Amino acid sequence: MRRLLVYLKNYKKELIFGPFFKLLEAIFELIVPVVMAKIIDNGIGRNDSGYILKMCGLLVILGICGLGFALTCQFLAAKCAYGFGTELRRDLYKHINSLSYSGIDKVGTSSLVNRLTNDTNTVQNGVNMFIRLAVRAPFLVLGAAVMAVMIDLRLSLIFFVVAPIISVIIFLIMKKTVPMYKKNQQKLDRASMLTGENIEGTRVIRAFSRQQEEIDEFKGAVDDIAECSVAVGKISAILNPVAFMVMNLGIIAILWFGGIRIDGGSLSQGELTAFTNYMTQILLALVVLANLIIVFTKAFASANRIKEIFDILPEEKGNITSPDENSDTIIEFRNVSFAYPTAGDQSLSGISFSLKKGQMLGIIGGTGSGKSTLASLIPCFYRATEGDVFISGVNVKDYDSDVLRKMIGYVPQKSVLFSGTVRENMKLRNENASDDEIISALKTAQAWDFVSSKPDVLDTVVSQGGKNFSGGQKQRLSIARAFVGKPDIVILDDSTSALDYATDLALRKALKNDMADSSIVMISQRTTSLKEADLIIVMDDGEAVGMGTHDELLQSCDVYKEIYQSQISAKGDNGNV
Amino acid sequence: MFKTLKRVASYARPYIIYFILTVIFAAVGVALSLSVPVFIGEAVDLCVGRKLVDFSGLKKLVITLAFIVVSSTFFQWLMSLCTNKLAFLTIRDLRADIFSKLERVPISYIDRHTKGELTSRVINDIEIISDGLLQGFAQFFSGIITIIGTLIFMMTINVKIALVVVFLTPLSFIAASKITKATHASYVKQSKLRGDMVALAEEMAGNQKIVKAFVYDSRAEERFDEINRNYGKIGAKATFFSSMTNPTTRFVNGLIYAAVGLLGALGAIGSVSFIGKMSVGKLSSFLAYANQYTKPFNEISGVFAELQNAIASAQRVFDVLDEEEIPDDSDKETLTDCTGELKFTDVEFSYNPKIKLIKNFSLEVKSGERVAIVGPTGCGKSTIINLLLRFYDINSGTIEISGKNISNITRDSLRSNFGMVLQETWVFTGTVAENIAYGVPDATREQIIEAAKSVYAHGFIKRLPDGYDTVISENSGLSQGQKQLICIARIMLMDPPMLILDEATSSIDLRTEQRIQKAFTKLMNGRTSFIIAHRLSTIKNSDTILVMKNGDIIEQGNHDELMANGKFYSELYNSQFES
Repeated sequence: MRRLLVYLKNYKKELIFGPFFKLLEAIFELIVPVVMAKIIDNGIGRNDSGYILKMCGLLVILGICGLGFALTCQFLAAKCAYGFGTELRRDLYKHINSLSYSGIDKVGTSSLVNRLTNDTNTVQNGVNMFIRLAVRAPFLVLGAAVMAVMIDLRLSLIFFVVAPIISVIIFLIMKKTVPMYKKNQQKLDRASMLTGENIEGTRVIRAFSRQQEEIDEFKGAVDDIAECSVAVGKISAILNPVAFMVMNLGIIAILWFGGIRIDGGSLSQGELTAFTNYMTQILLALVVLANLIIVFTKAFASANRIKEIFDILPEEKGNITSPDENSDTIIEFRNVSFAYPTAGDQSLSGISFSLKKGQMLGIIGGTGSGKSTLASLIPCFYRATEGDVFISGVNVKDYDSDVLRKMIGYVPQKSVLFSGTVRENMKLRNENASDDEIISALKTAQAWDFVSSKPDVLDTVVSQGGKNFSGGQKQRLSIARAFVGKPDIVILDDSTSALDYATDLALRKALKNDMADSSIVMISQRTTSLKEADLIIVMDDGEAVGMGTHDELLQSCDVYKEIYQSQISAKGDNGNV
Repeated sequence: MFKTLKRVASYARPYIIYFILTVIFAAVGVALSLSVPVFIGEAVDLCVGRKLVDFSGLKKLVITLAFIVVSSTFFQWLMSLCTNKLAFLTIRDLRADIFSKLERVPISYIDRHTKGELTSRVINDIEIISDGLLQGFAQFFSGIITIIGTLIFMMTINVKIALVVVFLTPLSFIAASKITKATHASYVKQSKLRGDMVALAEEMAGNQKIVKAFVYDSRAEERFDEINRNYGKIGAKATFFSSMTNPTTRFVNGLIYAAVGLLGALGAIGSVSFIGKMSVGKLSSFLAYANQYTKPFNEISGVFAELQNAIASAQRVFDVLDEEEIPDDSDKETLTDCTGELKFTDVEFSYNPKIKLIKNFSLEVKSGERVAIVGPTGCGKSTIINLLLRFYDINSGTIEISGKNISNITRDSLRSNFGMVLQETWVFTGTVAENIAYGVPDATREQIIEAAKSVYAHGFIKRLPDGYDTVISENSGLSQGQKQLICIARIMLMDPPMLILDEATSSIDLRTEQRIQKAFTKLMNGRTSFIIAHRLSTIKNSDTILVMKNGDIIEQGNHDELMANGKFYSELYNSQFES
């Protein structure tokens, strides 16, 4: 919690004065019944209309001051809460950016987004409510009780019976309903899931003519929701009426015992009225307090989720900012093993190889064989658990990771474009890339044709997630993005799956011509794509089961031969190449 | 707006009894609770001073009060129960209706909308209707009764002071509406900024690995910071404005309270004859009314804001319900004894009337033949599936199956003759066995296992934690290939005379891919099959190959014919072997 409290440091003034002004308002509010009691006892009792006028004037002044205090407090609360929230969000986002891939894996990206937006908002709201109500509501309860004690100690005992009873009722009902609301939400989630599944599977459902069964199942789900909602409603509907009932019964008790006290001469009529007023105030304050508890519980849960992120240590960075100019190997793995922190088994074990500048490395193997993992060690997305990875003669651990990654153009399996323009997306790797560089990269990636045919060319708008481009176009843009500025290393992680054979071929040819100085790391499932590679690593279950050129592997590696033959069989028995 | 309200009301019609009860209970409960201050006032009047308390009267009053308090509580609780039933049962029916509707609209409607969009209508919009329209109605109604009731009670105590209160009432409204107006503009800005911020966070933090790979973090931070700062500023403003409501109405309430106190007290001492005589007890009940008088106004204005929201949601829900449905075809012939012969004659089709897609397409497929559809990604290969299964209807020409025009037979019987495996595999949340038996719900466990074995899926299913009873879902950790095997087993169990298969692309690992290939081969044995082909062997061995490009069929023939032709197909085919 201390971690987040730091962000309140700049708002000490608001934190003190906000509740203070609210307190003043509450005090003034508490004086009102006293003034009214005075009006009744002194004004009416003595037939003094001047006194009545004066006191009513006082009531108005009290009201105006109360309004002023309250508004001041609300202002300070909003200022403090949003100031706090803004700084918290900024730092949280900064921290998220500093995390390593393993750190990101620990929470998951969708959860990161949630914590950055929803959770910070909930905490922000908690701060706001804290300033506004955390002092006021308990003070009103206490204050009303104190005032009552001051008027008549023995009669005020009724307060000390009624207030706890109401608190217990509120507590019991909340304790019973909160889990029920959770259950209700789960049932709603189920209906939501069924709807989603039905929309996704609409073709299959109709192909199997199962519409009626699906409708029946959904009806069962909504019946369930209705039943659960009614059940929880039954209990939560008790809260308000019963709380008011207990309060009114308290007032009845005050009337009866107050009557006895008046008869005994120790209480006045006006004071009796004031007593009943305080009783109402206590109840209202208790209801606010109950809601406040819910807000704080949520805020604390969110604060904890945010804290979890802050607790993840940022990525370690080395301090070497330039590669070793004398080294002629670009990538070298020395007996590298790797296990994901979340998994027990090793995903890579004992990989060693080296690649010279300008050479091409091919990686092939089934899913889960460790191809992508191997490639992700090159930009030091993850650190080898054993052994070392060298890029241009420098251990990746010693690099300033920003420098290292700027040397590499990375094309992920799943194409992701950011909203903005094509040009902005192309500048992702290098902010200062010229249009010529961008166009040349687009040409190499076979993307220039469709980009240049758009009316706005490089200024064509990319909508969020690149939805306005087809899968193949998105993939080619994502490839082009990595080519801009001709990085030393290009990693293509099975990134041509959405391209047809002809485009794939054209891309590979262009890559060879245009990017001759770059070293290419290509992960693929097609042996034909890797034929040209200077070194092919055949991965199986985290191990390199074969290493060499295409021709060498055909001789030496059974797995490679098997893959090759299964892909080429049609051609083989046709015999027309 | 009234049409929409009326339509929601029509869904509530079966539960009209709860509606009536809500109104009755609300009226009784509120009236009872409003009478409480009167009795309290009378009680105060009985306690004039030392040795002057009328205990027998007080006793009677106290007992009456206790009775009123308890019964008012009871009625208010009953009212809540009835509103709940009314609300929850109505939205249950509405949900069931919109869901059934989604099963009956043309596929084109589903295709035009995203999953999130439609789900949000079924779930969120209807929830908003429940909160805003149905529960809001109860609040609105009891608010109105409270106001009217309060006024009546105040009138019975003292007409003139009551009139003063009525005159002061607009103050509360004016203040509230002024604040609402001031708040609204900054709220709109705030929610837009919040939307922008969430969108950016989703884009950046959601793709954090890409951001890091391209060292884009500092630039992303700048973008985030700008929105974040604006959001902080506008948000503080909007929150401050909206939080003015409570203190302001409390203030107005205070003014009314002071006015009542002044007039009442002056009346009590009789110095202003115009007001009329008033006792201390009556004054204190009047004050109690004045204290609670403005509260319902706040509630009602809150209800109005939610109501607007709810009507917008209801409109969205009714938009779906008003969609045109696929016409009922249960009076048509059913397709039985399907031989698997197929004939397309002069078929024309387009999704968009302006862009002609398939023109003059004719094809004859004999029983048991294999038709491959090839072409670049996104060329519209699935169009043929859409037409065959009548997910979309052709514009002109005919498609005949076993000599019967498919537009003259029921959709259900047509589809039951096809087994379909799509590349986007679909498993639903349920056990493996339930998923396999989707087309044959009464299949025995033996038959299910038999089907799984025959498509080489038994092995991995057996290794799942609960075997065939393992609950799976779209994201349950099964690989794409495993999900596809389950889908193939589903078809195997159904044993249809015709098949439509979409082969998997490269992201499936090799061993599973080979298994799927073997399963497909087994499945196709003796069945008329349409295959969206990615594999050479499939293409080469098929009886007919349809080559598609940009949605249109540009070449048609068997492998040798098309290779001899030397056009797009031969280019496509040869590019696979080049490196």
